[in-house]
Amino acid sequence: MTVIHQHEDMLTVDGVSARLGGREVLHDVRFSIKPGEFVGLIGSNGAGKTTLLRVILGLLAPASGQVRTAGAVGYVPQKIELDPEMPLRARDLVGLGLDGQRFGFPLPSRSRRKRVDEMLSAVGAEHIGNARVGNLSGGEQQRILIAHALISRPGLLLLDEPLANLDIASEQEVVALLGRIAQEQQIAVLISAHDMNPLLPVMDRIVYMADGRAASGPTEEVIRGEVLSRLYGRHVDVIRVHDRVLVVAGRDDGLAIPLEPHPIDPVADSA
Amino acid sequence: MSAVFAPGFFTSAPVHVALLAGGLVAVVSGIVGTFTVMRGQSYAGHALADISVTGGSGSFLLGISPLWGFAGTSLAAAGVMDMIGIRRPRGRDLATGIVRGAGLGLAALFLYWDTTFTSTSGATITILFGSMFTIDKSLIPVIALFGLAAVGIVAVLYRPLLLSSVSTDLAVVRGIPVRLTGALCLAAIALAVSLSALTIGAILSTALLIGPAATALRLTSRPGLVMLWSALISLAVTWLGVLLSYDSYYWPPERRGWPVSFFVVTLVLIGYLLARLAPSSGPARVARAGA
Repeated sequence: MTVIHQHEDMLTVDGVSARLGGREVLHDVRFSIKPGEFVGLIGSNGAGKTTLLRVILGLLAPASGQVRTAGAVGYVPQKIELDPEMPLRARDLVGLGLDGQRFGFPLPSRSRRKRVDEMLSAVGAEHIGNARVGNLSGGEQQRILIAHALISRPGLLLLDEPLANLDIASEQEVVALLGRIAQEQQIAVLISAHDMNPLLPVMDRIVYMADGRAASGPTEEVIRGEVLSRLYGRHVDVIRVHDRVLVVAGRDDGLAIPLEPHPIDPVADSA
Repeated sequence: MSAVFAPGFFTSAPVHVALLAGGLVAVVSGIVGTFTVMRGQSYAGHALADISVTGGSGSFLLGISPLWGFAGTSLAAAGVMDMIGIRRPRGRDLATGIVRGAGLGLAALFLYWDTTFTSTSGATITILFGSMFTIDKSLIPVIALFGLAAVGIVAVLYRPLLLSSVSTDLAVVRGIPVRLTGALCLAAIALAVSLSALTIGAILSTALLIGPAATALRLTSRPGLVMLWSALISLAVTWLGVLLSYDSYYWPPERRGWPVSFFVVTLVLIGYLLARLAPSSGPARVARAGA
């Protein structure tokens, strides 16, 4: 068992730049995450969130800079496309999180079964353990994927837009679940989202991305007009209404447009 | 059904070979077919079967067993399909379609030569529709070896293949070489298809690859059990097909027997329809409510 010191960073992203098809999609991104920290990776579509996650996971080599992780990394992909008929139960997918890379069939063992059961109840999915994954709702699939990623006890959990395609109730449940896991198990969480608002109650720090650049720090320090204006390279206002944060850019014609889609605005939300 | 009791069924040498060879092939097809269906590679399996016609018909010209030709061409085609991008769905269908077209073109030429040089149409029937009662007994060790290789691949790679059929990213993150495991799985499919091309014919071989697996996944939600059920269903339809075909020597119109492949494929279809129509056709829902 590796002892992780409280001050050791679980993840260090050090000056990472990345190119896709000749275009620079990440530019000198740097931040670090400590054990048990809940960090939101926020930005609109195309800001570079998914690319950054792929670099951290080692699926894409950075053009420059480096990524250091301490301990195992759990990963929750945005969504999985599974035929409802595919014969794979939720508990099978969670079990594959334990030993999916091994050869042969999983031998039936009491301890393996117990761990899968514990993990299912940890994400509140004990009642759907025997259902086919392809038959589950989006929120239920997210829970199972989170259990799949957590069962190998990683020190860092990466989630790619887990809240996309979820209704508001499931969204709140998943956020609360992740916040609890980060706190109770001291797992560092890096979660990408295009809207920061659902994450505000649990988020310790934020990595805000625009055009492949990132600003990071405590949420209240980063989500300020001057910081984001520097990041976007044009004037941006931060507006707080009813506990919600809106990042709004001024337009040439004098109208203001929100830079992040959020549930109040159905047109932007469908983007 | 008089065949079982009539003298001959259990003492006939061709029946022994048909039951043994057909049985081996059935089990291999059932097991490998489970992954073909789960990984959404039915079309690739179908194309490999079509392309194996090329090798089978070429073997006739060379005077060797069609099994060598079936296996040779379908493995080669699997290699080509893997090289030209079988992993992306769109590239996969295009690559498969192009290789398949070229293979069938050659098959047309070879079958034409087969029939002109040997002046019989027997070669065409044997290649396309199989002939379980005329399998050379000496091929059984080869069948067993090919079958072992195919089943070995999917058994050893069971978990990596299962995980990469859920999500390639999840598999890559766990350090699974998805390119290699995918190529090996395709090789297993090619071997399974060439084996069933020998018994029930090249163009019917996917029926045995896909049918039992598609039936089995309606019976259980557990991936391991699907493999077991699929193998059992495949074995049952094959043996029942051999029995019915033997019995059909007493049937009209000619009293010369109906082909085994007809019975096997028909039984596969009946099994599938029964599983679809069965009241428990929502096993997932039942499992969910009962959990």
